[in-house]
Amino acid sequence: MSSESIISVRDLRKTYHVGDVDVHALRGVNLEVRRGEFLSIVGHSGSGKSTLFNIIGGLTPPSAGHVVIDGKDLRAMSESDRTELRKQSIGFVFQKYNLLPTLSAGDNIALAQSMAGKSQKMDGDFEEVLKILGIAHRLHHKPRALSGGEQQRVAIARAVVNHPAILLADEPTGNLDTENSERVLSLLRDLNERLGQTIIMITHNPEAAAFGHRTARMKDGTILNGA
Amino acid sequence: MSGGLDYRQGGPFKAPDDILVDDNFAQQHKLKIGDVLELANHNWTVRGIVGPGKLSKAFVEKKILQDLTSNTDKITMVYVKVDDPKIIPAAITGLKKALPDYQIYSMEEFLSLITPDNVPGLNAFIGTVVGLAVVFGFLVVFLAMYTAVLERMREIGILKALGASPAYVIGMLMRETFLLAVIGSIIGIGLSFVAKWAITSFVPASLPVIAVPDWWWRAGLISLAGAMLGAIYPGTKAARQDTIEALAYE
Repeated sequence: MSSESIISVRDLRKTYHVGDVDVHALRGVNLEVRRGEFLSIVGHSGSGKSTLFNIIGGLTPPSAGHVVIDGKDLRAMSESDRTELRKQSIGFVFQKYNLLPTLSAGDNIALAQSMAGKSQKMDGDFEEVLKILGIAHRLHHKPRALSGGEQQRVAIARAVVNHPAILLADEPTGNLDTENSERVLSLLRDLNERLGQTIIMITHNPEAAAFGHRTARMKDGTILNGA
Repeated sequence: MSGGLDYRQGGPFKAPDDILVDDNFAQQHKLKIGDVLELANHNWTVRGIVGPGKLSKAFVEKKILQDLTSNTDKITMVYVKVDDPKIIPAAITGLKKALPDYQIYSMEEFLSLITPDNVPGLNAFIGTVVGLAVVFGFLVVFLAMYTAVLERMREIGILKALGASPAYVIGMLMRETFLLAVIGSIIGIGLSFVAKWAITSFVPASLPVIAVPDWWWRAGLISLAGAMLGAIYPGTKAARQDTIEALAYE
């Protein structure tokens, strides 16, 4: 793990306007994540962890504060700049896998490469990743023919195929049984150790959070510790 | 009539209530020689089945029909056949002199009277029907595309999360729409031949059905324009959809 900071969040605030009511989802979050770190963020529903995930992932802009991702300030970014950031620097793993059902596992991965303007030929390093993930022999299958654990491992492969600076995982084991959860979490830790992949994982499960180097706890739109 | 009647079955009238029908009429009404056919509130016996193309699909004795329609000793039209087309103008001039109170036409003039341009309101009616077909076609395509986009909102959210720009999403949807419209047009043209076969097979005595290749490209353009216009709004809406909301779409 490097001492260099890859994510720097300062006094981050996010307010949603719901009708006439303002909902303050984030109330001044401060967070530093070092390159190559595996950070777990835990908190109950409504604590603001998903909002933080969405802002760091460039899916929604902050209302106030500063978020610097790999040297780029999100507040200064337009929608198209944030789209470019997602394409080049961030990989997502979602709770519901979010694979395109009409494409095979391999095509789902190739689509991410195509989107980033990269060659759809898999390099040796990535073939090694597919072996680690245990899905090299399942690439021709559609998502409906894969188990939940396999679908999530394909989603992880899709997230890392372009070698993004940051991998964001939102409740990656939320839909999996204990055995598959442990396998997915072990794989994330393995990718972090082998590739030096920076990972931020959102979870409400303390056991899952323990797979990371560090755990940040969120409550009522702020980080209580581990910032 | 040119060549007279070509009897396929049976023969000429033998009794006052006899009727002759052509092949198409007999096929459509499942008639055979000796069957009784009710027409114009009168029961007729099928005496003969003739080949089509003799100006009418059914023939009865003139006097019987005049009595039935209270037009005793009257007729509506007489066709005059000449030996040489060159003498048609002279024949018409002679007939007009001999029958000054009657309308005398050449076949060309007569046919020109029943074109759409000479039937009051027919062109406007056809235009209205075509216009309604285009409007309803557009609305159907629009709703189909709108529904298709809504059903794929989650997929669009996934693409946007992976880094797809609004232009990428719109381009993808428009390409799909173009392909669907072209395939749909080709299938539609194919189905028109199926419809033609069905009409000529099951109701052969109805209006003649003609495939008009000149309309294929026009119909294709109408469906293409309707599809593309119908896809623009839902496509733009999908491209502008908030990624987080799209990903949460069930």
